[in-house]
Amino acid sequence: MTKILKKEQLSDSVWRFRLQAPRIAKKRKAGQFIILRPSGDSERIPLTIANADPAAGWIEIIFQAVGKTTMILRDLKEGDSVLDLAGPLGKPTHIENFGKVLCIGGGVGVAPLYPIISALYEAGNEVTSVLGARTKDLLILDTEISEKSSRTLIATDDGSAGKKGFVSDVFNELISNGEIFDAAFVIGPVMMMKVTTSLTVKAGIKTYVSLNPIMIDGTGMCGGCRITVNDKTKFACIDGPEFDASGIDWDEMVKRLGSYRDFESDARDQHTCRLEGK
Amino acid sequence: MSNTEVSRKKATRVPMREQDPERRARNFSEVPHGYSEQEAMEEAKRCLQCKKPLCVDGCPVNVKIPEFIKLIADGKFAEAARKLKETNALPAVCGRVCPQEEQCEIRCILQKKGNAIAVGNLERFAADWERDHNAVKLPEIKPSNGKKVAIVGSGPAGLTCAGELIKEGFDVTIFEALHEAGGVLVYGIPEFRLPKEIVKQEIDYLTKLGVKIEKNFIIGKIATIDELLTEEGFDAVFVGSGAGLPSFMKIKGENSIGVYSANEYLTRSNLMKAFEKNSPTPIMKGKKVVTVGGGNVAMDAARTAIRLGAENSSIVYRRSESEMPARVAEVHHAKEEGIEFNLLCNPVEILSDDKGFVKGIKCIRMELGEPDASGRRRPVPIDGSEFMIDCEVVVIAIGNSPNPLIPESTPELEISKWGTIVADETTGQTSKKYVYAGGDIVTGAATVILAMGAGKIAAENICKDLRDQKQ
Repeated sequence: MTKILKKEQLSDSVWRFRLQAPRIAKKRKAGQFIILRPSGDSERIPLTIANADPAAGWIEIIFQAVGKTTMILRDLKEGDSVLDLAGPLGKPTHIENFGKVLCIGGGVGVAPLYPIISALYEAGNEVTSVLGARTKDLLILDTEISEKSSRTLIATDDGSAGKKGFVSDVFNELISNGEIFDAAFVIGPVMMMKVTTSLTVKAGIKTYVSLNPIMIDGTGMCGGCRITVNDKTKFACIDGPEFDASGIDWDEMVKRLGSYRDFESDARDQHTCRLEGK
Repeated sequence: MSNTEVSRKKATRVPMREQDPERRARNFSEVPHGYSEQEAMEEAKRCLQCKKPLCVDGCPVNVKIPEFIKLIADGKFAEAARKLKETNALPAVCGRVCPQEEQCEIRCILQKKGNAIAVGNLERFAADWERDHNAVKLPEIKPSNGKKVAIVGSGPAGLTCAGELIKEGFDVTIFEALHEAGGVLVYGIPEFRLPKEIVKQEIDYLTKLGVKIEKNFIIGKIATIDELLTEEGFDAVFVGSGAGLPSFMKIKGENSIGVYSANEYLTRSNLMKAFEKNSPTPIMKGKKVVTVGGGNVAMDAARTAIRLGAENSSIVYRRSESEMPARVAEVHHAKEEGIEFNLLCNPVEILSDDKGFVKGIKCIRMELGEPDASGRRRPVPIDGSEFMIDCEVVVIAIGNSPNPLIPESTPELEISKWGTIVADETTGQTSKKYVYAGGDIVTGAATVILAMGAGKIAAENICKDLRDQKQ
């Protein structure tokens, strides 16, 4: 059992939980994730460790309540406990002093990007962060990230904050201004990663992505999280979750993420929300 | 009774009653019902009580077979169960899933006259009887010897090693990565072959003896083997982390939606209870399901598919039935339940629709050529014999390789080119002092009982080595 120390709503359906997990807090590195099961009647889901304090013994997770399990999680209160929590999983992000680094995050993908930005910043990089969301209210962690970035640029689809448009538009503008980057980290919805990394890779920037395919055990056992990188099958849980963006078969990944779409929407319809009292 | 009647009785094994195939193919309840007291005694009386029992040598944990069978014949069922537990921590499991036909029963003298004594059925009977009659008695535990042992993985190897060490007075902690203990016994073997309640009770027995189990604890990630020995104060570590990594065929379309590894398919169904109505874990049911492989795991997957509601569940295997690694009983059960067998054919491609969902599997017919390194005749494709099998779900059950988490995080450990941990098979000792290993992580994918045998051997050597250790 893992106690929820703090619960916060970051946007419409995005939540941040602080969990008491001293051993994981001590061990985890940027880019790693945990698998949790909020209750006995829920799935095992992977979530990135968005932040941690080894001295205080907590980790933070940020998630969007979209399926049955994330809704069960959201309905837990401060002081409640998550039934099962295992981690840290996956290989940590490769951090070094690259020089000028570009970090691009979209939607709830900004959450897994945050610990990477912090680690890159602390390693002495000059970090340019580009954060995107549909609208201003859906932007998350912009304050935290701006503290760990040399500059932070925002893009919203409706122009309610920052530039009107996509993160890819911001990238194009940076490049047309003659800016040069030594590495890029891109995390967000899979279509956003596909489009954005095609631009960064084309611009000759070594680009890393963190993938979030369907996963059960997180230790290499199920093979459900397999993706194709440079024509080879890789398991995101043990070979990743971070990969060089240039060789990823994005179309296959988009399809595999849709495996249980019908099942998920059924689960959503059936879920009685204890928060909203429906 | 005339002499001929006696000898006929001696020759014929008491059959075990089973659920009707048509009915059981729609439920997840256990297939065989188990012996009644009378049936068990009748079967036990067939045992010749050999002075030099060959059966015991065939058992990787050397169960005292004639002795426990004699106790059943005498109606001393609880005593029989206790006799079993002297050498086997998981008799209710072994009675169900051990390949007795190639281990103890194959060596039985009665085998030559007709049917070997039903060691497995009797083992199951005694263990079940003791549990069902609340007759479980804890054995004597030696006083604490002050030594701590960590066990990595709660599958058959780890549980056995833990059971042996706790009796010797060690302080034993098992670390399990998943949220439930039991390893392959809970995520892999389906309910209809091994009810989870039975596994749970066998594990409860170990915890009653004092074994501690830490779940959701991933050795290699949250703590390394080195940290267990240095920071966590363990005197020895036994690694029984299994062969968890599923193999794929590397054919076109293998990452289509609806292609599962047997591990994923069975884990969703068994551990995550996807077979239950309203389960939070989704599983693609599919009207037509094709399972690739010929081992017990393939049979488990194909039989699970039928129970999940498939109209048609078939096996694709590249050799012929006589080369199938699955137990004869499992193949027989599968056939009774309507599983189709496409033998001597091999998948070459998986086809999907424009959204990526599987719509069929293309196979090629094979013929058997010259024997290969394994001694089995090598299957050779027949040119131009490709054909299609329509299906919505494909389960790949062609084997597993060792889980890499421990080897990757323990630099001093010697690893083979197959990724297994190198350990002395007579002691379980690895290249690192006070680190032992056994089960699938050493041998590659094998059976429950072989893993248990390895757990036992390692336990004996841990006892010896730690006793010799300078205080």
